[in-house]
Amino acid sequence: MRVITMREAIREAMIEEMKRDERVFLMGEEVAQYDGAYKVSKGMLKMFGPKRVIDTPISELGFAAIGIGAALNGLRPIVEFMTWNFALLAADQIINTAAKMLYMSGGQFNVPIVFRGPNGFAGQLSATHSQSFESMYGHVPGLKVVSPSNPYDAKGLLKSAIRDDDPVLFMEAEILYNDKGEVPEEEYLIPIGKAKIVREGNDVTIVSFNKTMKIVLEASDELTKEGISPEVIDLRTIRPMDYETVIESIKKTNRLVIVTENWPLANVGDELTYVVQKEAFDYLDAPVRCVTTADTPAPYSPSLLQIWFPSVKKVINAAKEVLYLL
Amino acid sequence: MYEGNVTIPEAPIKGEYSKEQYWEWLEIMLRIRRFEERAQIMYMQQKIRGFLHLYIGQEAVAAGTVSASRHSDPVIAGYREHGIALARGMSSRVAMAELFGKITGCSKGKGGSMHFFDKENNLYGGFAIVGAQIGVGAGLAFAEKYKGTDNACLTFFGDGAINQGILLETLNMSKLWMLPVLFIVENNQYAMGTAVWRASALYPQGGLYKIAEPFGIPAKQVNGMIVEEVHEAISEALEFIRGGGGPYFLEILTYRYRGHSMSDPGKYRTREELEEYKKRDPIERVKKTMLLKGFATEEDFKALEQKIKEEIDDAVQFAEESPFPPPEELYTDVYVQQDYPFLED
Ligand SMILES: Cc1ncc(C[n+]2csc(CCOP(=O)(O)OP(=O)(O)O)c2C)c(N)n1
Ligand SMILES: [Mg+2]
Repeated sequence: MRVITMREAIREAMIEEMKRDERVFLMGEEVAQYDGAYKVSKGMLKMFGPKRVIDTPISELGFAAIGIGAALNGLRPIVEFMTWNFALLAADQIINTAAKMLYMSGGQFNVPIVFRGPNGFAGQLSATHSQSFESMYGHVPGLKVVSPSNPYDAKGLLKSAIRDDDPVLFMEAEILYNDKGEVPEEEYLIPIGKAKIVREGNDVTIVSFNKTMKIVLEASDELTKEGISPEVIDLRTIRPMDYETVIESIKKTNRLVIVTENWPLANVGDELTYVVQKEAFDYLDAPVRCVTTADTPAPYSPSLLQIWFPSVKKVINAAKEVLYLL
Repeated sequence: MYEGNVTIPEAPIKGEYSKEQYWEWLEIMLRIRRFEERAQIMYMQQKIRGFLHLYIGQEAVAAGTVSASRHSDPVIAGYREHGIALARGMSSRVAMAELFGKITGCSKGKGGSMHFFDKENNLYGGFAIVGAQIGVGAGLAFAEKYKGTDNACLTFFGDGAINQGILLETLNMSKLWMLPVLFIVENNQYAMGTAVWRASALYPQGGLYKIAEPFGIPAKQVNGMIVEEVHEAISEALEFIRGGGGPYFLEILTYRYRGHSMSDPGKYRTREELEEYKKRDPIERVKKTMLLKGFATEEDFKALEQKIKEEIDDAVQFAEESPFPPPEELYTDVYVQQDYPFLED
């Protein structure tokens, strides 16, 4: 099968959907003339012209609101945030407007919009540029939150997000954009809200999403070498969350480790843990473990950053602990 | 320096208006006033709860805007939006039922006073985060331009919203992209208890409309107690916008007679000031003009009062008799997706 980068996969999804539907357009900082801050939208201005690929000023709150207004009035915007850190300035529009319009209007006005951009840590960018927001936005009814880890999922999920009639927050990662993966030439869609079993195994279930999936897969290779058989699940969507797939897996492995790039308090893993203990209490043979970032802002120095972020070693240790091997 | 007593410019009325036009204005304004007065009573009887912000005093703004615009022009406003909704064509029944939290309300009882929405009448809310609707209004305008219509979005906000950052962001983008948006600040002199001149450094410079000028957006101050003036200013602005001139900004000077919401005793202003504005009441003024022009008699006014009273009585009865939303409504309208898996313990 054809191999392309995550960057290309995301671009392909946008191009295909813009060709398919006149109402879809892309707006954001540097998306047009500069080809995208991370070159995701490279060539799209040439392809679609300035009516549909629009450079905005640095006004996250304002252009998020304009996107929402356009969505209310018959269009289907894709709004790119240079990173989700900057989308904090637009949080009012995302949480107070996009998420609530349909409800407050008694079903009259839906907001078919996609907010997308890279999320979380991306090298030594320090505290304000290294945050991930799946748990914060996942908290909010009215939103859907997608956080893919590879080119295949990114393309199929983004196409679904653009066609979705509800607001979808699509969280990418700078350090995954160059990652390559198999993506078929033919069109396909991946439904929002379905996790994927990436590796089948029997001993311990390891759940993750987005860039920490890479750490999990590396850890899983190591564990396999040591004769341990992990089952790896990529959550892919945070809201709605696919508890079913995780619970079915636990019925087989009886052990769960969750790995996220969230801070520890109220992170995505906590919520999953709650549902698992409630629905599968009798199947658990060990306490659930969450491997997260440290409970601090992201540091700049490499010596600190290394211990701030989830590591292969931490994942291996957590897996061994729930297996009572450590 | 403006302090408290705001001078409201009174321009000579340019147009000649028909009898029908005056009757339309009077009916809209009277409907709003009587609706709001009844809403206040219903609030005191605890039929209406939460926040209730009345439009009394500002009726000419809604009436003059609606007569000067098309039904296909999208409208968006803040939480003091009952008047605009009624002027746009929402029925008193549906509006009152929303205040009562009934399923027959314009937003199925899920929005309440601050969230009137009406797709049929192109009313996009009803926003309760001060200023949030400004950017959304520009987005509605963006879509009109994208679709190639010559509709313009009427975007209402209060003098308090002038100080939100979203206004500057939106003024800038709407001019850059030449969006067909009419910004209308209803300057009723107060944001809750804060007089406008205490909150905006622009005010001593001549007015809030000054904020639009650096962006090259034409901007004007209008006397909002005179419906003809509102109509004329809005008509001129819309003609400019529809001609491809891009955004336009109006500061409409008006006054709210009641408190900010139902819990406001209004200690920040004097009784004299309030009485001064009541002397310029927009409804009384229109009635006087109509009598002068021979368009109506006192008898005609009484008949209109009676008709509206019956309409509001009927609206209250309708709201009373309508059911509250059933429990299953809690989970509808959160997502378009019908089988969304909500979490329930
Ligand atoms: C972002 C935000 N901050 C504060 C409030 C609380 N609040 C509600 S109305 C209001 C005053 C707004 O006044 P103005 O814009 O002049 O509108 P008016 O009430 O006069 O119609 C305030 C501070 C809010 N709803 N939203
Ligand atoms: Mg005010």
